Amino acid sequence: MRIQKELRAVVLTEILFPLVLMSFGVFHGVVQVLHRCGLIRDDDFMGIGYFQGLTAHGVINAIVLTTFFAVAFGNVVVSQTLDQNVSVGAAWAALILMTVGTLTAALPIFLGRASVLYTFYPPFRAHPAFYVGVVLVVVGSWVGFWAWIPGYLRWRKAHPERKTPLAAVGMFSTFIVWQLCTLPAAYEILVQLLPWSLGWTPGVNVVLARMLFWFFGHPLVYFWLLPTYTMYYTILPKLAGGKLYSDFYGRFVFMIFIVLSSPIGLHHQFMEPAISSSYKALHAVLTLLIAVPSLATAFTLAASLEHGARRNGGRGLFAWWGKLPHFDEERWLFPYLFMGLVIFIFGGLTGLINASYSMNAVVHNTAWLPAHFHLTVAGPVFLGILGASLLIVLGLLGKKCAAPKAALAVPYLWTLGVFTFSSGLFYSGLHGAPRRTNLGLSYLDPASPLYRPDWLTAERVGAVGGCIMGLAVVVYFYVLIRSLMGPSDPRLQDSFALPESEAYHDEDVPAVRNFLPWVVAGVLAVVIAYGPPIVQVVKAGYEGSPAFTPDSPAAIER
Amino acid sequence: MALLRGVPNIEKKVFLAALLFAGAQLALIGYAAWKLGVSVPTCVTNVKPFASGALITVGPGRYEAHVVAKMWQFEPDTITVPKGSIVDFYVTSADVAHGFYIDRTNVNLMALPFVVNYAQARFTEPGKYPVLCHEYCGVGHNGMAATVEVTP
Repeated sequence: MRIQKELRAVVLTEILFPLVLMSFGVFHGVVQVLHRCGLIRDDDFMGIGYFQGLTAHGVINAIVLTTFFAVAFGNVVVSQTLDQNVSVGAAWAALILMTVGTLTAALPIFLGRASVLYTFYPPFRAHPAFYVGVVLVVVGSWVGFWAWIPGYLRWRKAHPERKTPLAAVGMFSTFIVWQLCTLPAAYEILVQLLPWSLGWTPGVNVVLARMLFWFFGHPLVYFWLLPTYTMYYTILPKLAGGKLYSDFYGRFVFMIFIVLSSPIGLHHQFMEPAISSSYKALHAVLTLLIAVPSLATAFTLAASLEHGARRNGGRGLFAWWGKLPHFDEERWLFPYLFMGLVIFIFGGLTGLINASYSMNAVVHNTAWLPAHFHLTVAGPVFLGILGASLLIVLGLLGKKCAAPKAALAVPYLWTLGVFTFSSGLFYSGLHGAPRRTNLGLSYLDPASPLYRPDWLTAERVGAVGGCIMGLAVVVYFYVLIRSLMGPSDPRLQDSFALPESEAYHDEDVPAVRNFLPWVVAGVLAVVIAYGPPIVQVVKAGYEGSPAFTPDSPAAIER
Repeated sequence: MALLRGVPNIEKKVFLAALLFAGAQLALIGYAAWKLGVSVPTCVTNVKPFASGALITVGPGRYEAHVVAKMWQFEPDTITVPKGSIVDFYVTSADVAHGFYIDRTNVNLMALPFVVNYAQARFTEPGKYPVLCHEYCGVGHNGMAATVEVTP
């Protein structure tokens, strides 16, 4: 099956536009580590404030890039696997909404009127355009998802005997999670923050807003992750030369995420007041159940890789690892996915530590946290986005990768960088270094009474890692631009399709045939896990907070 | 189990192993929380939100610290107690969200306006314990700090 021709321009824009923005997002990642390790001892660098840049870093890399890519990748997957059934008009509408939203939110960020970080915690108030922009991006992504639904229903009707292709199950699960979890965020922004930022309402219930944010904020990380999971289950086994070990587990994992993504967000709020510890404990239990899909994935992917390696002639208990296409120029995509998995082992394990209820007191809001989540969102997620973006852009334009050796180097360089970065920040975090702090102005300035020399080496190690990550992205753009300048072959363009793995165990298990029971279970889980704490917060009737901007301790006059 | 018809045996075993793994970790967390008493903050009802900071002596070696976090300082900014003291920290915010983290202890709290957060610490070693704000609270966030001084 091929990709709809009418979708080419949509998908190319959805990938290339955020990649251009990402170059700035990554640039400010590098600037941040230089601030943090004390090499830059200033409020700003090249006219961009530390927190302004941090806001752009988070919004561009974690919201814009990930959302655009999920829609683009879903367009390709759904079109390819479900008989070219994407509604083209809706796909265009989605792209326009997301682009207008991004520009609307970017403007106040670059003017310094929305330095509220990507979590935009009230009572900090951003310029109203920031909230409007975020809403447009999210609504655009909804429309992008809706563009697949009529075609999916037609396909199901036409093929009642067939299982929905696994890649389509993956992308539909991604967006079912997204559709459910963006509703509380929509309430927070549209009902609480936007009217308040316009001065129409006097105060905002901060405790409620934070709870709604994390109701959205944790499933958000699965929204980032699930497109990469889709690649792991449907592309990686084929690249490795084998088959997906268990089709059932692929389906099960995607569907269990529909249930478990949302009712666990309080694990981000273990250290907060005004939330009963019993609800926190409930969320801790549900969070740890994520170990089930995670270990199922670890098992299935390891078995699939081993199957491929043994087909390639691999032998022994572990020696088969050497028979995977780690350095195959024809299959340069392989290490983007494989190294993402390697990084994710450590991202997952450190995530278990964060989620472990009272143990969270050791790490909450320290540099440990960015060290952890860069091993997830800047590990498997980012490498998956880089690899698949290159594959899809070149495929849809009928071009070849012009620098396969450099393309192969990117994931290894990135892995070296992100491991170095995280090692430094894990260490400084365990010794009390805070996240989201311009350390060069105080704790890592020898002239400051707050100077903490015990953090210096670790933060410098982190900075070296951050620079290596920046270098990997430079190499990536070199590969992309050089390939884009190469000749275009219409035959390659017409024959382009994502690799599709066959399954080794391909049973048709009734429990994972339909989304509906899993969606119902997900809604029920959310009602049980979030109903009582939200009722408690609303009933408590906390006084509304006036608005503040980051540069003044005085509340904004209305 | 008609719904699970066709699931291969090895997949079932992996599922059970994963559940056991999660169960074992939950048991350890439960042990730490309820047997060792290392807990997380919960709703505070005995202390109402307060506007100014104070260190209150409630008994020999027992103190109550009422800490107000505000852009960009803690009130009080020095808390002095003798070695061996047990201190109940009640923390609130006068404006935006702040953090309250005491180095070398398990005190790690979020401070929010109009609500009170709580943690307890016992200081067995004399010395200076840096306290810092670990939530972004504006341009002065980088230097928002205080000290707990434990005298011998």
